[in-house]
Amino acid sequence: MSTAFLLNGRAVEADGHPMSRLLDVLREQLGHTGTKEGCGEGECGACTVRLDGSPVLSCLVPLFQCAGRRIETVEGITAAPEGPLRDALERFVATGGVQCGACTPGIVVTLASLLASNATPSREEVRTALAGNLCRCTGYEGILRALAPAEPER
Amino acid sequence: MIALSPRSLDEAVRHLADDPALVPVAGCTDLMVRGPEALHRMDRVLDLLGLPELRGICAVSEGLEIGAATTFTEIRHSAAIRAAFPALTAAAEQVGGWQIQNRGTLGGNLANASPAGDSLPVLLALDATVILAGPAGQREVRMDGFHTGYRKTALAPGEILVRIRLPHPPAGTVQAFRKVGTREAQAISKVVVALAGHVEGGRIAGIRLAAGSVAATPVRLRAAEAAILGSSPGLVTAERAGRTAAREVQPIDDVRSTADYRRFALERVVRRMVLGLT
Ligand SMILES: Cc1cc2nc3c(=O)[nH]c(=O)nc-3n(C[C@H](O)[C@H](O)[C@H](O)COP(=O)(O)OP(=O)(O)OC[C@H]3O[C@@H](n4cnc5c(N)ncnc54)[C@H](O)[C@@H]3O)c2cc1C
Ligand code: FES
Ligand code: FES
Repeated sequence: MSTAFLLNGRAVEADGHPMSRLLDVLREQLGHTGTKEGCGEGECGACTVRLDGSPVLSCLVPLFQCAGRRIETVEGITAAPEGPLRDALERFVATGGVQCGACTPGIVVTLASLLASNATPSREEVRTALAGNLCRCTGYEGILRALAPAEPER
Repeated sequence: MIALSPRSLDEAVRHLADDPALVPVAGCTDLMVRGPEALHRMDRVLDLLGLPELRGICAVSEGLEIGAATTFTEIRHSAAIRAAFPALTAAAEQVGGWQIQNRGTLGGNLANASPAGDSLPVLLALDATVILAGPAGQREVRMDGFHTGYRKTALAPGEILVRIRLPHPPAGTVQAFRKVGTREAQAISKVVVALAGHVEGGRIAGIRLAAGSVAATPVRLRAAEAAILGSSPGLVTAERAGRTAAREVQPIDDVRSTADYRRFALERVVRRMVLGLT
Protein backbone atom coordinates (compact mmCIF):
# COMPACT_ATOMS: atom_id res chain seq x y z
CA MET A 1 0.00 0.00 0.00
CA SER A 2 1.23 3.46 -0.83
CA THR A 3 0.80 6.39 1.57
CA ALA A 4 1.46 10.02 0.62
CA PHE A 5 2.33 12.69 3.17
CA LEU A 6 4.45 15.79 3.66
CA LEU A 7 7.88 15.16 5.15
CA ASN A 8 9.64 18.33 6.29
CA GLY A 9 7.56 20.26 3.78
CA ARG A 10 8.24 17.94 0.85
CA ALA A 11 5.63 15.58 -0.64
CA VAL A 12 6.73 11.94 -0.28
CA GLU A 13 5.21 8.51 -0.79
CA ALA A 14 5.98 5.40 1.18
CA ASP A 15 5.07 1.79 0.57
CA GLY A 16 4.22 -0.69 3.24
CA HIS A 17 1.84 -2.51 5.51
CA PRO A 18 -0.76 -0.11 6.95
CA MET A 19 0.51 -0.76 10.49
CA SER A 20 4.20 -0.27 9.59
CA ARG A 21 5.83 1.97 12.14
CA LEU A 22 6.44 5.50 10.86
CA LEU A 23 9.85 5.18 12.55
CA ASP A 24 10.92 2.37 10.18
CA VAL A 25 9.49 4.09 7.13
CA LEU A 26 11.42 7.27 7.93
CA ARG A 27 14.71 5.50 8.57
CA GLU A 28 14.66 2.68 6.05
CA GLN A 29 12.62 3.98 3.12
CA LEU A 30 13.02 7.73 3.30
CA GLY A 31 16.64 7.93 4.53
CA HIS A 32 15.80 10.08 7.55
CA THR A 33 17.97 8.36 10.13
CA GLY A 34 18.02 11.32 12.53
CA THR A 35 14.98 9.80 14.20
CA LYS A 36 16.27 7.11 16.59
CA GLU A 37 14.80 3.94 17.99
CA GLY A 38 15.41 3.50 21.69
CA CYS A 39 12.79 1.16 23.07
CA GLY A 40 10.25 0.64 20.30
CA GLU A 41 7.43 0.73 22.80
CA GLY A 42 6.65 4.32 23.55
CA GLU A 43 8.72 4.65 26.71
CA CYS A 44 11.84 6.57 25.74
CA GLY A 45 10.94 9.37 23.31
CA ALA A 46 14.04 8.90 21.10
CA CYS A 47 11.76 8.48 18.07
CA THR A 48 9.79 11.72 18.61
CA VAL A 49 8.66 13.53 15.44
CA ARG A 50 5.99 16.15 14.85
CA LEU A 51 2.68 15.12 13.34
CA ASP A 52 0.61 18.11 12.21
CA GLY A 53 2.69 20.20 14.59
CA SER A 54 2.41 18.04 17.73
CA PRO A 55 5.17 15.83 19.11
CA VAL A 56 4.33 12.12 18.82
CA LEU A 57 6.26 8.85 19.01
CA SER A 58 7.03 7.56 15.53
CA CYS A 59 7.38 3.99 16.88
CA LEU A 60 3.66 4.14 17.75
CA VAL A 61 2.34 5.85 14.61
CA PRO A 62 1.16 3.46 11.88
CA LEU A 63 1.99 4.49 8.34
CA PHE A 64 -1.61 4.54 7.12
CA GLN A 65 -2.58 7.24 9.61
CA CYS A 66 0.04 9.54 8.06
CA ALA A 67 -1.86 9.87 4.78
CA GLY A 68 -2.18 13.56 3.91
CA ARG A 69 -0.56 14.65 7.17
CA ARG A 70 2.44 16.85 7.92
CA ILE A 71 5.46 15.05 9.44
CA GLU A 72 8.52 16.94 10.67
CA THR A 73 11.68 15.20 11.81
CA VAL A 74 14.77 16.47 13.59
CA GLU A 75 16.38 17.05 10.17
CA GLY A 76 13.63 19.47 9.15
CA ILE A 77 13.27 21.13 12.51
CA THR A 78 16.99 21.89 12.90
CA ALA A 79 17.68 22.79 9.24
CA ALA A 80 17.31 26.52 9.81
CA PRO A 81 16.41 27.10 13.46
CA GLU A 82 15.36 30.57 14.47
CA GLY A 83 14.67 32.52 17.62
CA PRO A 84 14.52 30.66 20.93
CA LEU A 85 15.19 27.28 19.30
CA ARG A 86 18.41 28.53 17.73
CA ASP A 87 19.53 29.98 21.06
CA ALA A 88 18.68 26.78 22.90
CA LEU A 89 20.52 24.58 20.38
CA GLU A 90 23.59 26.79 20.64
CA ARG A 91 23.59 26.49 24.43
CA PHE A 92 22.80 22.77 24.39
CA VAL A 93 26.38 21.63 23.78
CA ALA A 94 27.98 24.12 26.14
CA THR A 95 25.71 23.12 29.02
CA GLY A 96 26.40 19.40 28.59
CA GLY A 97 22.95 18.69 27.21
CA VAL A 98 24.46 16.10 24.85
CA GLN A 99 26.59 13.17 25.90
CA CYS A 100 26.11 9.93 23.95
CA GLY A 101 23.48 11.66 21.84
CA ALA A 102 21.03 8.79 21.51
CA CYS A 103 18.21 10.75 23.12
CA THR A 104 19.14 14.09 21.58
CA PRO A 105 17.10 14.07 18.35
CA GLY A 106 13.93 13.18 20.23
CA ILE A 107 14.62 15.74 22.92
CA VAL A 108 15.28 18.43 20.33
CA VAL A 109 11.97 17.72 18.58
CA THR A 110 10.06 17.85 21.88
CA LEU A 111 11.81 21.04 22.97
CA ALA A 112 11.25 22.69 19.58
CA SER A 113 7.55 21.98 20.00
CA LEU A 114 7.55 23.47 23.50
CA LEU A 115 9.43 26.58 22.38
CA ALA A 116 7.05 27.09 19.47
CA SER A 117 4.23 27.82 21.91
CA ASN A 118 6.25 29.09 24.86
CA ALA A 119 9.48 30.96 24.10
CA THR A 120 10.55 31.25 27.75
CA PRO A 121 9.49 28.07 29.54
CA SER A 122 10.20 27.62 33.23
CA ARG A 123 12.24 24.66 34.47
CA GLU A 124 9.02 23.02 35.57
CA GLU A 125 7.47 23.46 32.12
CA VAL A 126 10.56 21.98 30.49
CA ARG A 127 10.50 19.04 32.90
CA THR A 128 6.82 18.39 32.19
CA ALA A 129 7.33 18.60 28.41
CA LEU A 130 10.26 16.15 28.65
CA ALA A 131 8.46 13.60 30.86
CA GLY A 132 8.31 11.22 27.89
CA ASN A 133 11.96 11.64 26.81
CA LEU A 134 14.46 9.51 28.70
CA CYS A 135 18.16 10.34 28.88
CA ARG A 136 20.53 7.82 30.45
CA CYS A 137 23.59 10.08 30.42
CA THR A 138 23.10 13.70 31.34
CA GLY A 139 20.85 13.60 34.38
CA TYR A 140 18.82 16.24 32.48
CA GLU A 141 20.58 19.12 34.22
CA GLY A 142 22.46 20.25 31.10
CA ILE A 143 19.29 20.00 29.05
CA LEU A 144 17.34 22.06 31.55
CA ARG A 145 20.05 24.71 31.67
CA ALA A 146 20.08 25.03 27.90
CA LEU A 147 16.38 25.83 27.97
CA ALA A 148 15.86 27.70 31.20
CA PRO A 149 19.24 29.30 31.79
CA ALA A 150 17.97 32.23 33.83
CA GLU A 151 16.79 30.16 36.74
CA PRO A 152 19.11 29.31 39.62
CA GLU A 153 21.13 26.13 39.43
CA ARG A 154 21.02 23.59 42.20
CA MET B 1 -4.50 -5.33 3.12
CA ILE B 2 -7.19 -2.77 3.81
CA ALA B 3 -6.91 0.55 5.59
CA LEU B 4 -10.16 2.48 5.71
CA SER B 5 -10.52 6.08 6.79
CA PRO B 6 -14.28 6.67 6.89
CA ARG B 7 -15.64 10.20 7.22
CA SER B 8 -18.82 9.45 9.14
CA LEU B 9 -19.95 7.16 11.93
CA ASP B 10 -22.60 5.53 9.72
CA GLU B 11 -19.99 4.66 7.13
CA ALA B 12 -17.68 3.24 9.81
CA VAL B 13 -20.45 1.12 11.34
CA ARG B 14 -21.36 -0.26 7.89
CA HIS B 15 -17.74 -1.22 7.18
CA LEU B 16 -17.47 -3.01 10.51
CA ALA B 17 -20.72 -4.87 9.89
CA ASP B 18 -19.55 -5.98 6.44
CA ASP B 19 -16.10 -7.09 7.57
CA PRO B 20 -15.84 -8.48 11.11
CA ALA B 21 -12.04 -8.77 10.76
CA LEU B 22 -11.61 -4.97 10.60
CA VAL B 23 -9.83 -3.58 13.66
CA PRO B 24 -10.95 -0.09 14.70
CA VAL B 25 -7.96 2.05 15.66
CA ALA B 26 -7.63 5.44 17.33
CA GLY B 27 -4.35 6.88 18.68
CA CYS B 28 -2.67 3.45 18.47
CA THR B 29 -0.72 3.97 21.69
CA ASP B 30 -1.97 0.63 22.96
CA LEU B 31 -2.23 -1.20 19.64
CA MET B 32 1.28 -0.42 18.40
CA VAL B 33 2.96 -2.00 21.42
CA ARG B 34 1.45 -5.42 20.78
CA GLY B 35 4.57 -6.54 18.89
CA PRO B 36 5.53 -6.99 15.24
CA GLU B 37 3.66 -10.27 14.65
CA ALA B 38 0.41 -8.97 16.06
CA LEU B 39 0.77 -5.82 13.98
CA HIS B 40 1.51 -7.78 10.86
CA ARG B 41 -1.67 -9.79 11.32
CA MET B 42 -3.58 -6.54 11.76
CA ASP B 43 -3.89 -5.92 8.05
CA ARG B 44 -7.52 -4.80 7.99
CA VAL B 45 -7.85 -1.58 9.92
CA LEU B 46 -10.38 1.20 10.21
CA ASP B 47 -9.33 4.65 11.39
CA LEU B 48 -11.61 6.26 13.98
CA LEU B 49 -9.74 9.56 14.20
CA GLY B 50 -11.52 11.07 11.20
CA LEU B 51 -15.05 10.52 12.50
CA PRO B 52 -16.59 13.88 13.47
CA GLU B 53 -19.12 12.12 15.77
CA LEU B 54 -16.19 10.89 17.92
CA ARG B 55 -14.58 14.30 18.33
CA GLY B 56 -15.16 17.39 20.36
CA ILE B 57 -16.33 18.28 23.84
CA CYS B 58 -19.82 19.74 24.04
CA ALA B 59 -22.34 20.78 26.64
CA VAL B 60 -25.61 18.82 26.68
CA SER B 61 -28.61 19.29 28.95
CA GLU B 62 -27.47 16.57 31.40
CA GLY B 63 -23.84 17.67 31.51
CA LEU B 64 -20.91 17.33 29.13
CA GLU B 65 -20.23 14.92 26.28
CA ILE B 66 -16.71 14.02 25.22
CA GLY B 67 -16.07 12.32 21.88
CA ALA B 68 -14.34 8.95 22.21
CA ALA B 69 -11.51 10.05 19.88
CA THR B 70 -10.69 13.09 22.03
CA THR B 71 -7.02 13.01 22.98
CA PHE B 72 -5.72 13.51 26.50
CA THR B 73 -4.07 16.74 25.30
CA GLU B 74 -7.47 18.03 24.16
CA ILE B 75 -8.93 17.06 27.53
CA ARG B 76 -6.12 18.83 29.39
CA HIS B 77 -6.77 22.01 27.45
CA SER B 78 -10.55 21.99 27.80
CA ALA B 79 -11.71 24.79 30.07
CA ALA B 80 -15.17 23.19 30.31
CA ILE B 81 -13.70 19.95 31.63
CA ARG B 82 -11.35 21.72 34.01
CA ALA B 83 -14.23 23.76 35.44
CA ALA B 84 -16.69 20.92 36.03
CA PHE B 85 -14.55 17.77 36.12
CA PRO B 86 -11.09 18.66 37.45
CA ALA B 87 -10.44 15.01 38.34
CA LEU B 88 -10.52 14.17 34.63
CA THR B 89 -8.15 17.02 33.83
CA ALA B 90 -5.79 15.70 36.50
CA ALA B 91 -5.93 12.19 35.05
CA ALA B 92 -5.29 13.45 31.50
CA GLU B 93 -2.25 15.39 32.75
CA GLN B 94 -0.77 12.20 34.17
CA VAL B 95 -1.35 9.73 31.34
CA GLY B 96 2.06 8.91 29.85
CA GLY B 97 4.10 11.89 28.67
CA TRP B 98 3.28 14.70 26.24
CA GLN B 99 3.69 12.55 23.12
CA ILE B 100 1.35 9.86 24.47
CA GLN B 101 -1.20 12.50 25.47
CA ASN B 102 -1.12 13.93 21.94
CA ARG B 103 -2.23 10.59 20.48
CA GLY B 104 -3.90 8.54 23.20
CA THR B 105 -7.69 8.92 23.33
CA LEU B 106 -10.25 8.65 26.10
CA GLY B 107 -12.21 6.07 24.09
CA GLY B 108 -9.04 4.04 23.52
CA ASN B 109 -8.36 4.03 27.25
CA LEU B 110 -11.89 2.69 27.87
CA ALA B 111 -11.95 0.16 25.04
CA ASN B 112 -8.47 -1.13 25.77
CA ALA B 113 -9.86 -2.01 29.21
CA SER B 114 -6.64 -2.30 31.15
CA PRO B 115 -7.48 -2.39 34.87
CA ALA B 116 -4.71 0.22 35.24
CA GLY B 117 -6.26 2.71 32.78
CA ASP B 118 -6.06 6.07 34.53
CA SER B 119 -9.27 7.62 33.24
CA LEU B 120 -11.46 4.68 34.20
CA PRO B 121 -11.79 5.25 37.97
CA VAL B 122 -12.43 8.93 37.23
CA LEU B 123 -15.28 8.08 34.87
CA LEU B 124 -16.69 5.72 37.51
CA ALA B 125 -16.48 8.35 40.23
CA LEU B 126 -18.12 10.90 37.92
CA ASP B 127 -20.93 8.45 37.09
CA ALA B 128 -20.29 8.54 33.34
CA THR B 129 -22.42 6.91 30.69
CA VAL B 130 -20.87 5.60 27.48
CA ILE B 131 -22.66 5.83 24.16
CA LEU B 132 -22.04 2.99 21.71
CA ALA B 133 -23.00 2.65 18.05
CA GLY B 134 -23.41 -0.55 16.07
CA PRO B 135 -25.43 -2.03 13.24
CA ALA B 136 -28.56 -2.00 15.45
CA GLY B 137 -28.16 1.72 16.23
CA GLN B 138 -26.96 3.52 19.32
CA ARG B 139 -27.25 2.43 22.93
CA GLU B 140 -26.08 3.69 26.28
CA VAL B 141 -24.23 1.77 28.96
CA ARG B 142 -23.54 3.03 32.47
CA MET B 143 -19.84 3.20 33.15
CA ASP B 144 -20.13 0.76 36.06
CA GLY B 145 -21.45 -1.87 33.63
CA PHE B 146 -18.97 -1.22 30.81
CA HIS B 147 -15.99 -3.27 32.03
CA THR B 148 -17.38 -6.77 32.36
CA GLY B 149 -14.23 -8.75 33.20
CA TYR B 150 -10.46 -8.72 32.85
CA ARG B 151 -9.89 -6.73 29.66
CA LYS B 152 -13.52 -7.32 28.65
CA THR B 153 -16.06 -4.65 27.79
CA ALA B 154 -19.73 -4.38 26.92
CA LEU B 155 -18.76 -3.51 23.31
CA ALA B 156 -20.35 -6.07 20.99
CA PRO B 157 -18.49 -7.10 17.82
CA GLY B 158 -18.82 -4.29 15.28
CA GLU B 159 -19.67 -1.69 17.91
CA ILE B 160 -17.83 1.60 18.27
CA LEU B 161 -17.57 3.70 21.40
CA VAL B 162 -18.84 7.09 20.28
CA ARG B 163 -19.10 9.45 23.24
CA ILE B 164 -18.73 9.60 27.00
CA ARG B 165 -21.31 11.63 28.91
CA LEU B 166 -20.59 13.15 32.31
CA PRO B 167 -23.60 14.38 34.30
CA HIS B 168 -23.45 17.75 36.09
CA PRO B 169 -22.05 17.07 39.55
CA PRO B 170 -24.12 18.37 42.50
CA ALA B 171 -23.12 21.83 43.71
CA GLY B 172 -20.16 21.75 46.06
CA THR B 173 -18.81 18.44 44.77
CA VAL B 174 -15.22 17.76 45.74
CA GLN B 175 -13.23 15.72 43.22
CA ALA B 176 -9.87 14.06 43.58
CA PHE B 177 -7.54 11.94 41.46
CA ARG B 178 -4.37 10.22 42.52
CA LYS B 179 -2.15 7.70 40.81
CA VAL B 180 0.69 5.88 42.46
CA GLY B 181 3.41 4.73 40.07
CA THR B 182 7.15 4.16 40.04
CA ARG B 183 7.78 7.76 39.13
CA GLU B 184 5.80 10.92 38.74
CA ALA B 185 5.48 10.89 34.95
CA GLN B 186 4.96 8.24 32.29
CA ALA B 187 4.38 5.33 34.62
CA ILE B 188 1.56 2.82 34.50
CA SER B 189 -0.32 2.97 37.80
CA LYS B 190 0.29 0.54 40.65
CA VAL B 191 -2.88 1.97 42.16
CA VAL B 192 -5.14 4.72 40.83
CA VAL B 193 -8.02 6.26 42.77
CA ALA B 194 -10.72 8.83 42.11
CA LEU B 195 -13.32 10.42 44.37
CA ALA B 196 -16.37 12.62 43.85
CA GLY B 197 -18.40 13.57 46.88
CA HIS B 198 -20.23 16.38 48.57
CA VAL B 199 -21.08 17.40 52.11
CA GLU B 200 -24.39 18.94 53.19
CA GLY B 201 -25.22 20.09 56.69
CA GLY B 202 -22.05 18.54 58.08
CA ARG B 203 -22.75 15.06 56.63
CA ILE B 204 -21.38 13.29 53.57
CA ALA B 205 -24.46 13.50 51.35
CA GLY B 206 -23.02 11.85 48.27
CA ILE B 207 -19.87 9.83 47.65
CA ARG B 208 -18.43 7.82 44.79
CA LEU B 209 -15.01 6.22 45.16
CA ALA B 210 -13.35 4.15 42.44
CA ALA B 211 -9.99 2.51 41.93
CA GLY B 212 -7.90 0.84 39.26
CA SER B 213 -5.16 -1.83 39.40
CA VAL B 214 -6.75 -3.37 42.49
CA ALA B 215 -8.98 -5.95 40.76
CA ALA B 216 -9.53 -7.47 37.32
CA THR B 217 -11.50 -4.40 36.26
CA PRO B 218 -11.63 -0.83 37.49
CA VAL B 219 -14.04 -0.90 40.45
CA ARG B 220 -16.33 1.29 42.51
CA LEU B 221 -15.37 0.99 46.19
CA ARG B 222 -18.96 0.46 47.25
CA ALA B 223 -18.28 -0.89 50.74
CA ALA B 224 -16.11 2.12 51.52
CA GLU B 225 -18.77 4.44 50.12
CA ALA B 226 -21.48 2.78 52.22
CA ALA B 227 -19.25 2.95 55.32
CA ILE B 228 -19.05 6.74 55.21
CA LEU B 229 -22.24 7.97 53.52
CA GLY B 230 -24.11 10.10 56.05
CA SER B 231 -21.10 10.39 58.37
CA SER B 232 -19.51 13.66 59.32
CA PRO B 233 -16.26 14.25 57.47
CA GLY B 234 -13.05 13.98 59.46
CA LEU B 235 -10.25 11.67 60.47
CA VAL B 236 -12.39 8.87 61.93
CA THR B 237 -14.54 8.72 58.79
CA ALA B 238 -11.48 8.91 56.52
CA GLU B 239 -9.76 6.07 58.34
CA ARG B 240 -12.88 3.95 58.12
CA ALA B 241 -13.07 4.58 54.36
CA GLY B 242 -9.43 3.60 53.86
CA ARG B 243 -9.68 0.41 55.92
CA THR B 244 -12.90 -0.66 54.23
CA ALA B 245 -11.51 0.03 50.76
CA ALA B 246 -8.39 -2.06 51.44
CA ARG B 247 -10.59 -4.97 52.52
CA GLU B 248 -13.02 -4.93 49.60
CA VAL B 249 -10.52 -5.14 46.71
CA GLN B 250 -8.73 -8.15 45.17
CA PRO B 251 -5.33 -6.89 44.03
CA ILE B 252 -2.70 -9.23 42.62
CA ASP B 253 1.09 -9.47 42.54
CA ASP B 254 2.46 -8.60 39.10
CA VAL B 255 5.43 -6.96 37.41
CA ARG B 256 4.43 -3.52 38.62
CA SER B 257 3.66 -4.16 42.28
CA THR B 258 2.44 -6.57 44.94
CA ALA B 259 -1.04 -7.17 46.29
CA ASP B 260 0.12 -6.08 49.76
CA TYR B 261 1.55 -2.80 48.55
CA ARG B 262 -1.55 -2.08 46.51
CA ARG B 263 -3.80 -2.56 49.54
CA PHE B 264 -1.50 -0.42 51.63
CA ALA B 265 -1.36 2.38 49.04
CA LEU B 266 -5.11 2.23 48.41
CA GLU B 267 -5.85 2.59 52.13
CA ARG B 268 -3.60 5.64 52.41
CA VAL B 269 -4.84 7.32 49.26
CA VAL B 270 -8.52 6.78 50.10
CA ARG B 271 -7.99 8.06 53.63
CA ARG B 272 -6.31 11.21 52.41
CA MET B 273 -8.92 11.83 49.73
CA VAL B 274 -11.81 11.45 52.15
CA LEU B 275 -10.04 13.84 54.52
CA GLY B 276 -10.30 16.39 51.73
CA LEU B 277 -14.12 16.28 51.85
CA THR B 278 -15.45 19.39 53.52
C1 LIG C 1 4.60 4.70 26.91
C2 LIG C 1 3.15 4.55 27.23
C3 LIG C 1 2.65 5.12 28.40
C4 LIG C 1 1.30 4.98 28.74
N1 LIG C 1 0.89 5.56 29.90
C5 LIG C 1 -0.40 5.41 30.27
C6 LIG C 1 -0.84 5.96 31.52
O1 LIG C 1 -0.09 6.60 32.26
N2 LIG C 1 -2.15 5.77 31.85
C7 LIG C 1 -3.01 5.07 31.05
O2 LIG C 1 -4.18 4.94 31.41
N3 LIG C 1 -2.61 4.55 29.87
C8 LIG C 1 -1.33 4.70 29.46
N4 LIG C 1 -0.90 4.15 28.29
C9 LIG C 1 -1.86 3.38 27.47
C10 LIG C 1 -2.55 4.16 26.34
O3 LIG C 1 -1.84 5.31 25.99
C11 LIG C 1 -3.99 4.55 26.72
O4 LIG C 1 -4.73 3.41 27.08
C12 LIG C 1 -4.71 5.30 25.58
O5 LIG C 1 -5.86 5.93 26.12
C13 LIG C 1 -5.16 4.38 24.44
O6 LIG C 1 -5.86 5.16 23.48
P1 LIG C 1 -5.55 5.02 21.91
O7 LIG C 1 -6.45 5.96 21.23
O8 LIG C 1 -4.11 5.15 21.65
O9 LIG C 1 -6.02 3.51 21.68
P2 LIG C 1 -5.67 2.49 20.48
O10 LIG C 1 -4.34 1.91 20.71
O11 LIG C 1 -5.94 3.13 19.17
O12 LIG C 1 -6.81 1.40 20.74
C14 LIG C 1 -6.80 0.60 21.91
C15 LIG C 1 -7.92 -0.46 21.81
O13 LIG C 1 -9.18 0.17 21.85
C16 LIG C 1 -9.93 -0.06 20.66
N5 LIG C 1 -10.61 1.21 20.40
C17 LIG C 1 -10.04 2.45 20.42
N6 LIG C 1 -10.98 3.40 20.27
C18 LIG C 1 -12.17 2.76 20.15
C19 LIG C 1 -13.53 3.20 19.98
N7 LIG C 1 -13.83 4.51 19.92
N8 LIG C 1 -14.50 2.27 19.87
C20 LIG C 1 -14.19 0.95 19.95
N9 LIG C 1 -12.94 0.47 20.13
C21 LIG C 1 -11.94 1.37 20.23
C22 LIG C 1 -8.93 -0.51 19.63
O14 LIG C 1 -9.52 -1.41 18.72
C23 LIG C 1 -7.90 -1.22 20.50
O15 LIG C 1 -8.31 -2.52 20.79
C24 LIG C 1 0.42 4.28 27.89
C25 LIG C 1 0.91 3.73 26.71
C26 LIG C 1 2.24 3.84 26.36
C27 LIG C 1 2.75 3.26 25.10
S1 FES D 1 11.59 4.19 20.31
FE1 FES D 1 9.70 5.20 20.29
S2 FES D 1 9.49 5.78 22.35
FE2 FES D 1 11.31 4.59 22.43
S1 FES E 1 22.86 11.84 26.04
FE1 FES E 1 22.96 9.68 26.21
S2 FES E 1 20.88 9.16 26.48
FE2 FES E 1 20.83 11.28 26.59
